[in-house]
Amino acid sequence: MDRFAFVLRRPLQLVPVLFGISLVTFVLVQLMPGDPVRIMLGPRASADAIAAVRARYGLDQPVLLQYGYYLLNVLRADFGRSLAYRAPVLDVILARLVPTICLLAYGLVMSVAFTVALAVAAARRPGAWVDQMVRLFCVAGLGLPSFWLGLMLIMLFSLRLKLFPVSGFGESPVDVLWHLFLPALTIAIAVTPILTRNLRATLAAQSTADYAVAGRSKGLSENYVFFRHVFPNSLLPTISLLGIVVSFLIGGTVVVETVFNVPGMGQLMVRAVLLRDYFIVQGVTLFFAVGVVLTSFVVDIITVALDPRVKL
Amino acid sequence: MSAGSEAGPRPALGSWRLRLPATLLVGAAIVVTWLLIAAFGPAFVAHDPIAVDLAHALLRPSADHLLGTDSYGRDVLTRLMYGARTDLQMAFFGVAGPFIIGTIVGLLAGNFGGIPDAVLMRILDVTVSFPYFVLVIAIVAVLEPGLTSYYISLTLVNWVSYARLVRSEVIVLRQADFVLAARTIGIGEIRVMSHHLLPNAISPSVVFVFTDAVLTIVLGSSLGFLGLGVQPPAAEWGVMIAEGQLYLATAWWIAVFPGIAISLLALGFSLVADGLAKLLHTAP
Repeated sequence: MDRFAFVLRRPLQLVPVLFGISLVTFVLVQLMPGDPVRIMLGPRASADAIAAVRARYGLDQPVLLQYGYYLLNVLRADFGRSLAYRAPVLDVILARLVPTICLLAYGLVMSVAFTVALAVAAARRPGAWVDQMVRLFCVAGLGLPSFWLGLMLIMLFSLRLKLFPVSGFGESPVDVLWHLFLPALTIAIAVTPILTRNLRATLAAQSTADYAVAGRSKGLSENYVFFRHVFPNSLLPTISLLGIVVSFLIGGTVVVETVFNVPGMGQLMVRAVLLRDYFIVQGVTLFFAVGVVLTSFVVDIITVALDPRVKL
Repeated sequence: MSAGSEAGPRPALGSWRLRLPATLLVGAAIVVTWLLIAAFGPAFVAHDPIAVDLAHALLRPSADHLLGTDSYGRDVLTRLMYGARTDLQMAFFGVAGPFIIGTIVGLLAGNFGGIPDAVLMRILDVTVSFPYFVLVIAIVAVLEPGLTSYYISLTLVNWVSYARLVRSEVIVLRQADFVLAARTIGIGEIRVMSHHLLPNAISPSVVFVFTDAVLTIVLGSSLGFLGLGVQPPAAEWGVMIAEGQLYLATAWWIAVFPGIAISLLALGFSLVADGLAKLLHTAP
């Protein structure tokens, strides 16, 4: 089991990265124009209230100490107050966590399904027309702007064919799946080209590996060699790409949630930027970054679990 | 195309005498076409890209207005051509800053190693922890919505991509015989870096420039769409799509054509990247 010792060791290695993340989000608010306390409390706040908040967040101290206060507050799950929502940032963010996580998971499942289908179809016959079409999709898909693609899907499937709702999140689980279908499809189309390109290249390379040739020369069928030997051996590079892909998906939710009016963290961030609600921007940025770090950690664990040769 | 065919020595920039890949030619043709449209297109249209003309609002595509008019009565084709200027400018300036800074930092860190290199790697670790798009938006938020903020934000975030690419090449190359030979005969460190390391280390970055241009255009137009980038009434493709969002059911042409424009320009850059990757023998 000492292959999994890194599960205990890695969180320690993550500490510097988490420090870095907190430093960046701290500097973000330092750079903003105007007085953060005024922004937090609004223009009509009394002098006493301002002094109290200043003391609470250490804003009357030197910058380095302010960072210390920020860290302490973050560790106590205090991310400041949102002016626009008149509530603690944490509450505002938590209220919007579920739609975003649903959308991310839904989008990820769709991306994986598309990727496996396209990459397998392409790699079975390298150079054939299917392979060429998939390659074209991979090249062109990268440049399809999600916000426009989302609008086109709304136009076609919601307004013309009336198959899906134009916007919103839904109540019951089935309702959510129905509401989030087009948003998830939009981000899946954005991510699939990256994953497909990677998986197709690995599949094509593994198809000509010695063990595959040996299998065929033993008289195993092409299907058997491909799905029992080549396919499982090709998954790891694509799985290790998932950490980056989740980061990309999160970026996608910012746009897609706005287009489809999904009440998630991405939409929250865009609104907060427009309203200059800086502590929300800071909080959401921090949440997303920590989410990416945790995802990479999970991906590492999956990689080790799947491949006995990998040591981390 | 088997996997083995892409291996082989990687020619330095400027040293190829190979057949150019088809994707490179098609991609370059698309990009050049857009450059020509941006440069000369506005001279051939009679309409103003900004002036409001409510009497001619929401007209279908016709001989007078080939791509129709928007809700302010502005000619969509005219705005599309002016928009090409903005979006091409975005691709250029959005990529140039990170490319130059990242290349220099990567070259120095890779060649000298030590503490600066260790610091660079830590910065890299932290930067890749943020979703790229989220960090860019957060920085734009702190500055103020607009094109200049977008360039500053991209430069702050994206130089690390180029630094990483150049550094990983330089680390291998600095032990290569030709570099050791250059040092042995007394060539100065700066000249070794600029004339021996850089030309051999830059290929992956040059390929990435064009992939990066795709991301920069998509990201920049997304910001325009969200109201965080180029501000209306300026003609920018993302801004145009945002203006057409309300009229999807009644006047589809307002939002559809600028999206096609973004996709086509991005496709051009993607194809160039694909072709260059083949030509320079770097992994795509």
